[in-house]
Amino acid sequence: MALDYTEKVLDLFRNPKNVGEIENPSVEVKEGSPTCGDVIQMQLKINDKHQIEDVKFKSFGCASNIATASMATEMIKGKHIDEAEKITWKDIANELGGLPSVKVHCSVLAVDAIKQAIDKYKIQKGLRKITKDKIDKDFIIDKLRHVIDPSVGTDIIRLKEVLYVGVEKKADKADVLIELAHPEEREFESNIEHEIKEKLEFIPGIGNIKVEFKDHTPNPKSPEGI
Amino acid sequence: MEQKIYLDNAATTKVDDEVVKAMIPFFNEEYGNPSSLHEMGIKAQRAVETARQTIARSIGASQEEIIFTSGATESDNLAVKGYAKRHRTDKKNKIITTKIEHDAVLKTCNQLAQEGFEIVYLNVDEEGFIDFEQLEKELDENTLLVSIIHGNNEIGVIQDIRKIGKLCKEHNVAFHTDATQSYCKIPLDVNDIHVDMLTMNAHKLHGPKGIGALYIKSGIKINPLYGGGAHESRLRPGTHNVPGIVGFAKAVEIQQKDMEEKAIKVKKLRDYLIKRLCNEVDECYLNGSQDLSLDKRLPNNANFRFSYIEGESLLFRLSDFGIMASTGSACSSASLKPSHVLLALGLPHEKAHGSLRLTLSKYTTKEEIDYTVEKIKKVVEELREISPLTKR
Repeated sequence: MALDYTEKVLDLFRNPKNVGEIENPSVEVKEGSPTCGDVIQMQLKINDKHQIEDVKFKSFGCASNIATASMATEMIKGKHIDEAEKITWKDIANELGGLPSVKVHCSVLAVDAIKQAIDKYKIQKGLRKITKDKIDKDFIIDKLRHVIDPSVGTDIIRLKEVLYVGVEKKADKADVLIELAHPEEREFESNIEHEIKEKLEFIPGIGNIKVEFKDHTPNPKSPEGI
Repeated sequence: MEQKIYLDNAATTKVDDEVVKAMIPFFNEEYGNPSSLHEMGIKAQRAVETARQTIARSIGASQEEIIFTSGATESDNLAVKGYAKRHRTDKKNKIITTKIEHDAVLKTCNQLAQEGFEIVYLNVDEEGFIDFEQLEKELDENTLLVSIIHGNNEIGVIQDIRKIGKLCKEHNVAFHTDATQSYCKIPLDVNDIHVDMLTMNAHKLHGPKGIGALYIKSGIKINPLYGGGAHESRLRPGTHNVPGIVGFAKAVEIQQKDMEEKAIKVKKLRDYLIKRLCNEVDECYLNGSQDLSLDKRLPNNANFRFSYIEGESLLFRLSDFGIMASTGSACSSASLKPSHVLLALGLPHEKAHGSLRLTLSKYTTKEEIDYTVEKIKKVVEELREISPLTKR
């Protein structure tokens, strides 16, 4: 199907801004999955006043992915992180003069990457305190919303693939056990596990992370089950 | 960029000037309805029947065995649904097809599955050839119909329809093949191959869009898809697309002349393209049959994959250089799944996303191929530069 992109989208796709890498980034994240056809790497350089001094991205993705990342990075450059993390997909889509609806998935990644990068930075710098008390089922579920099952291209929470989330508080850290239903295509299990760990590992207060895949039989006995 | 290099001939082709010339009088001079009894009607009918004869002869069929349709999608639907619904019994309700069919057959079979038919989708090997052991095992007394694509539209692989036809005959099962991409590119003779129905169309061979045909072997009975008049042996009602039919026959006539020589010429250029890209671009691979001979791969088809890059981006950049190509990436569709054909070869998703199909025609020149190779090298390098997946 021929997609009718706006001139602005095509222009930014042809001449993307802020492409590349920063030598010593304050924070770096990767969002998306190569299996779905879109991966974005976002690096931010943040100064002592918590302003975004520089931002660079790399993309394995389609034209709309590259164009939105280009626009989004331009929009947050120089801004304070509190302000930058308020950016929405709609803001960017408006600036671009609209995006085809089938391209929402690819274009939303850039916004997700920015939000995740700032969140990661805040957690790492202690600006957003994550003590082990804060790590509970809801906290983990929120993080799992960014993990995509490549067989269908939708996140594992929306797909109801998460069967159980257990958090066991230890002396200084909390261990996490996540049980998942087998994805539609089992070959993606290692892929999903890797993504889950990437989303949780850096968080102080999280200890061991265990991911298990099971046949879909909900366990009524587990009070913390979903 | 003024220059346009058209390498998407599996999607559609340029209509030959001679074809256009042959069609024009039937729009504004000889515009009669072949069903009319007056002089203009008779003239139109004669044009349709002459065209039917040309197309019948091109595959060794007789005139009564050719039904005109609106294109390959309709021919596929007519063959598969028309046959299945006519001959279904409580016991006989199984259809065998493949995982690499064009959507016109694949989605039609999916629809029939909803109506209770049992559909078997044959596996293919990593080059796209069907699993004959599986076919033999599945051919049983419940099997009604086998529908297998001849030359694949994406990866160009050509199935051994002679062998398939023989097996079907042995098991007394009807056989339909979608020959949309292979027809008039490689020799096809229905006296030589046991085939009951065969799909053809015009716009892949420098003819007009909106016209196709279905060969139905005499004695094979099918149901029509629509209700209407008595046109086309009561199998396909609707006023004839006379200019389309005339253009179709003209295109066939031109293609049939020195067909083999033409095929060899295109193949030579295609082989040169494959050799250059696979030698000059790192991690560039050919999808589909590695055997490039005329009975294994469509002479005009090349389908590559490039690691670490995504197909739509590649396509758009090439389009900026005036090069028209195609991809099996998910981004070319509404879902996130890449092409079912590439997945059936066992390719992981991320590799299928980086695919590029280049399909040549009789108009393609060596200069165009050289220019295309240079631009692909440049674009692939640039996209890898910005890809987070590239090995550092």
